[in-house]
Amino acid sequence: MASQPQDWSATLKESAITAAIAAALMFPMIGLYTSTRAGGLAIETRWIELAIGVLLIFLGRIALIRLRDGERLVPFVGGVFAVGLGLQLPLPNGLLTVCCIAGGAVVVLRSVVLWVGGKLKATNDARNSPPLAARAQLFLKQYGPWLGAAVIAFAIAFPWLPFADRRLIDLATLVLIYVMLGWGLNIVVGLAGLLDLGYVAFYAIGAYSFALLSSNYDMSFWACLPVAAMLAAFLGILLGFPVLRLRGDYLAIVTLGFGEMIRIILINWVDFTKGPDGISGIPKPTLFGLSFSRRPPEGTESFHQFFDIPYASVDRIIFLFYVALGLALLTNAFILRIRKLPIGRAWEALREDEIACRSLGLNPTNIKLSAFALGAMFGGLAGAVFAARQSFISPESFTFIESAIILAVVVLGGMGSQIGVAIAAILLIGLPEWFRELQDYRMLAFGALMVAIMVWRPKGILSFREPTLRLHEEDRGAKQ
Amino acid sequence: MSEVMLQLSGIDAFYGRIQALRGVSLDVAPGEIVSLIGANGAGKTTLLMTVCGEPRAATGQILFDGNDITQTPTHEIARAGIAHSPEGRRIFPRMTVQENLLMGSVANPGANQADAFERVFNLFPRLKERRSQRGGTLSGGEQQMLAIARALMSNPKLLLLDEPSLGLAPMIVSQIFQAIKRLNEQEGMTVFLVEQNAYHALRLAHRGFVMVNGVITLTGTGSELLGNAEVQEAYLEGAVKKVADA
Repeated sequence: MASQPQDWSATLKESAITAAIAAALMFPMIGLYTSTRAGGLAIETRWIELAIGVLLIFLGRIALIRLRDGERLVPFVGGVFAVGLGLQLPLPNGLLTVCCIAGGAVVVLRSVVLWVGGKLKATNDARNSPPLAARAQLFLKQYGPWLGAAVIAFAIAFPWLPFADRRLIDLATLVLIYVMLGWGLNIVVGLAGLLDLGYVAFYAIGAYSFALLSSNYDMSFWACLPVAAMLAAFLGILLGFPVLRLRGDYLAIVTLGFGEMIRIILINWVDFTKGPDGISGIPKPTLFGLSFSRRPPEGTESFHQFFDIPYASVDRIIFLFYVALGLALLTNAFILRIRKLPIGRAWEALREDEIACRSLGLNPTNIKLSAFALGAMFGGLAGAVFAARQSFISPESFTFIESAIILAVVVLGGMGSQIGVAIAAILLIGLPEWFRELQDYRMLAFGALMVAIMVWRPKGILSFREPTLRLHEEDRGAKQ
Repeated sequence: MSEVMLQLSGIDAFYGRIQALRGVSLDVAPGEIVSLIGANGAGKTTLLMTVCGEPRAATGQILFDGNDITQTPTHEIARAGIAHSPEGRRIFPRMTVQENLLMGSVANPGANQADAFERVFNLFPRLKERRSQRGGTLSGGEQQMLAIARALMSNPKLLLLDEPSLGLAPMIVSQIFQAIKRLNEQEGMTVFLVEQNAYHALRLAHRGFVMVNGVITLTGTGSELLGNAEVQEAYLEGAVKKVADA
């Protein structure tokens, strides 16, 4: 790449404009701060934070411009310096520290990419990203089954790995719940192409079915699981009927309303659901009747007594992790299988072209209802696991933001892609937990991540579609 | 089997308040190719869609094989043996050729799929080569072949074709019309064709109808219509000489 003549005045001008925009944006968000004082809220200003932020952006912009012009060394050193500064210097605000480190890291990464990419370009004159995606696709095609097996093996071994502590296993369970939710919603949104913004309703139904059945009728987790799934599926059909004729935006609005309706019913039907107080003391699942409590109720045995091992409270969390893992694998196997059946193909055909479907003799009513029902069913399963994990549920757990997150998992993962959805769930659920140190700015970092994925992988992390059937002869080299 | 496979009598159809078809009557006999020609917006596509139940005929009756299908749901009309290759092809772009074809066999679950595949690959060998390619990456002509092949997968009694020549190069158009002809001659497939390409459509057809503003104005055998001065002037401009030469 030829180095262009360096025009410092243009560089400075561009950076100054960027800094000005940043200042305008950051002034209300960073510069102003409401604090509680005696007698109400007061607005304070944070000029220092604002100034440092603008300065960082100014310098970062210069680094990016230098990179664009093909220079690598100076931005690299600058980036390393920024990372070091962020790590060492006690900046007045945690967010600034993270921004400084992350910004520096981005600059360092880009200069390294430029370095390596410059060498690659000699052999590969196309742009970097398309061949990369194609290579990833080929890689997945060849090693997909092995990769899947490796991921499953890792998941099974996960609780026994040295770094897996109680908190991490619990978090992994939550991630698995969202993987399941993502896969379930993927049936509706990714395969059948019906935008559902109220998916949380089915999640809530699953959770409340288990909670209510167990607290009112003493039913066990395993007995409740199919009931929760069936109730959610039934509700899916119930939602499906009125929205059969709707598509796109209109469908989204109605499903959004449905999600809110369920939540409001849960709040207001106090006699039945205990309203906003929620339901507590939801029992944990048992292993063939063996509970995971230290002292089991009279007449029952617990896990550690049966196997004659010392009691460890983490056992229960590990067990729940395996329950979630098992159900997630079941979901995956089910979806992989059904995609290859006529009904699965019909969902995809419906997504592609409803009119063509009808003229081919497919009944869109049945196809849509089955997509809603099965999608909802997995939402219900995930809800039951969620209730078991939390031991306590209230309508507050099922707000619109949950629907949005699940949808984000599906969209960012790449609609219709199983692995992509799993990766997205790990990113979207796992990372915010790691971002916890950012406190108030957690959602900001979350948003930045989503923007980043949408910029670099606008169709989702893994967006290619695997055909539902392959020709064997063709795989063996007869290809074009 | 009755003497008439498809019979439309006195069909009116509306889009909202706009009347698209006015008292249309026509019939298609078994083993026949019937072409309906007309200008843009004459109501040709609407007529085919009305046979499939969308929009519904406001008045009049549609008989297929002696059964009244005027009020039958669209997907059941397809299952009764009417296959429709819709306007603009409407293949499933992200699904492979093979998957597209499989979707076509839904309407007739009893049919032997292997036979159906062999039949359409015989008709359009090109599709066999492209089996595992995505529909959206095919050329226009291949997409049209796919649309027709997909309709044939259910082994229908009647094939409705809507503008198979739309947007295709003349050579590809000839290929496709030859395939339709072969289908009719070798297998006795009954075809009801809607076309703007009047020359090709009428040369192929046993009988033809001309539609203007939702009304059938002329009818006759294919060659009669080709020789008709009115038809020549309105629809055949460039092709008139060819007919005269032939």
